[in-house]
Amino acid sequence: MATGGRRAGEAALGGNSRLSLLVDNEKILGFLMIAPAVAYVLALVGYPLVLAFIYSLSDMTVGSTHFNFVGLKNIKYIIQDPEFQTAVKNTLLFTFVSQLIVIVLAKILALLLVKDFKGKFFVRALILMPYVAPISLGVIGWLWMLDSIYSPINWLLQHTGLFGPDFWPMWLGKPDLAMTSIITVHVWRMLPLATVIILAGLCSIPQDIQDAALVDGAGYFRQLFQITIPMMLPIIMVAVLFGIVFTATDIIIILVLTRGGPYDSTQVLVSQAFYTGIDAGDLAQGAAIALFLFPLLLAVAIFMLRIARRAEVA
Amino acid sequence: MNTKTDLLKEIVKNITHYVVLGVFALFASLPFLWMLITTFKTDADLYNRANNPFFFNQAPTLAHIEHLFTETMFFQWLLNTAIVGISVVAITLALAIPAGYSLVRLGGRTGEKLGIVIFLTYLVAPTILFIPMSRVIAELGLQDSLWSLILVFPSFTIPFAIWLLMGFFKAIPQDLEEAAMIDGYSRLGAFIRMVIPISKSGILTVVIFSFTLVVQEYIYTLTFVTSASRYTVSVGVPTFLVHGDVYNWGALMGGCLIASLPIAIVYNFFVDRFIGGLTLGAVKG
Repeated sequence: MATGGRRAGEAALGGNSRLSLLVDNEKILGFLMIAPAVAYVLALVGYPLVLAFIYSLSDMTVGSTHFNFVGLKNIKYIIQDPEFQTAVKNTLLFTFVSQLIVIVLAKILALLLVKDFKGKFFVRALILMPYVAPISLGVIGWLWMLDSIYSPINWLLQHTGLFGPDFWPMWLGKPDLAMTSIITVHVWRMLPLATVIILAGLCSIPQDIQDAALVDGAGYFRQLFQITIPMMLPIIMVAVLFGIVFTATDIIIILVLTRGGPYDSTQVLVSQAFYTGIDAGDLAQGAAIALFLFPLLLAVAIFMLRIARRAEVA
Repeated sequence: MNTKTDLLKEIVKNITHYVVLGVFALFASLPFLWMLITTFKTDADLYNRANNPFFFNQAPTLAHIEHLFTETMFFQWLLNTAIVGISVVAITLALAIPAGYSLVRLGGRTGEKLGIVIFLTYLVAPTILFIPMSRVIAELGLQDSLWSLILVFPSFTIPFAIWLLMGFFKAIPQDLEEAAMIDGYSRLGAFIRMVIPISKSGILTVVIFSFTLVVQEYIYTLTFVTSASRYTVSVGVPTFLVHGDVYNWGALMGGCLIASLPIAIVYNFFVDRFIGGLTLGAVKG
């Protein structure tokens, strides 16, 4: 049967007119099958992306439909705006610190989970919970745990004697504590994804390489730093990149927990874009703020393309 | 003697392993555990700071669940989520299945590259697009309607679905289709009668992902919809139960729990396939 199919293909190349017609038809068929999906994505991703650039050069608001080209005025204004500068600083701090913690913890957790043990499926399911449950709802659980009056965390720390009787921190009410809380919740949210990516990478290291290292007398740490980590570097990079993208572009945690406050101490680029563009109705400025994330996404896209090419070669 | 200390070492190692994992598992599941406790506690118990918050100091109650379904729009939000979810899944399948097949079988090397480009549009996050998109939706007259969500959500489910399906279609031996075509089916016939039925598990994966992505979606819904009765559950609960007039932690936690658990359990079984897709096959999930 298989050779029959191949023979038919060869015949088509040989110039059999009936079969070459079929090949032509397949090209048309292929186009017809892909066209609707491509059109949909172009219309709803490509078109708004172009609009985002155009808006950022205009003075559009929700109220006025009139388009006025203002050049780089928005960008210039934004760059000088102290609120924007705070948002950029917060975005960098938030992304960098949370990713650093996530990668370290994810590596540890993946090494623990790679072994076989009783109840592994159940433990893994629990650890995946923050990622597989709808994020905005999980974060509400945190909102209640960090409540200024009824926080069970405070209760526990006070009753175990770790906090003094009068010490009752307002986790979301003080600038430094609010940022700490946001980072903690974000680590909670991103840890499962990073762990599962690294775990998949760990499982893909050929066993014979590890065995060979063992035979050669490599100790645990030597193996970790000279074999496991170098071999996993591309995979760790993938985990970090997705972490960065999902951290820099996600605002659910901030919108639910602090709404950017107190005093803009947890305001990040995206939440500022939302409050400026949608709540305050300044489409042009909101679009311009959001576009500052575009270079980041572009860099990640380029890196992913390189990974894809390498996977293709392998 | 030696074996005894080895055994002891082994036991200590095992205990540490479980303890450290236990700490991680607790950190991950704590908010959900807290939801579970809060949902069934009476208000008198909940709002008494002298009580141990981790125990039921009074008998558990179903009052919060009742409140959730009778006094809030929670059920409507679940219904909206289901309507949007099912519609988006249908659109996604209708467009992504033929597209994925076309890219793998009829597109050659260009098809492969185009596939990666389509996947990368998944990274052009809604974050950059929600502002211009709000305008597009307004021009189409779809603001504050579920149709806006049904129209826009496939823009992020389709790219990912195409990418996942390409992986599944690639794994089907070409001989099968060629055999069917020699038996008299056209390419389209072979695709419909042979390829789609064998790809059931791939299609199921796409259904699960598209649906979970819809349930998780937040920013588009928050931007397009303003009436409480048209929210999905992920946006309705934080917007109207947290920042609204009705402030009832028991009901709120119950709502989070009811909406989270089924999705979390189903998604759990598919998450490895998602990772395999996300890492572009650089890692086998």
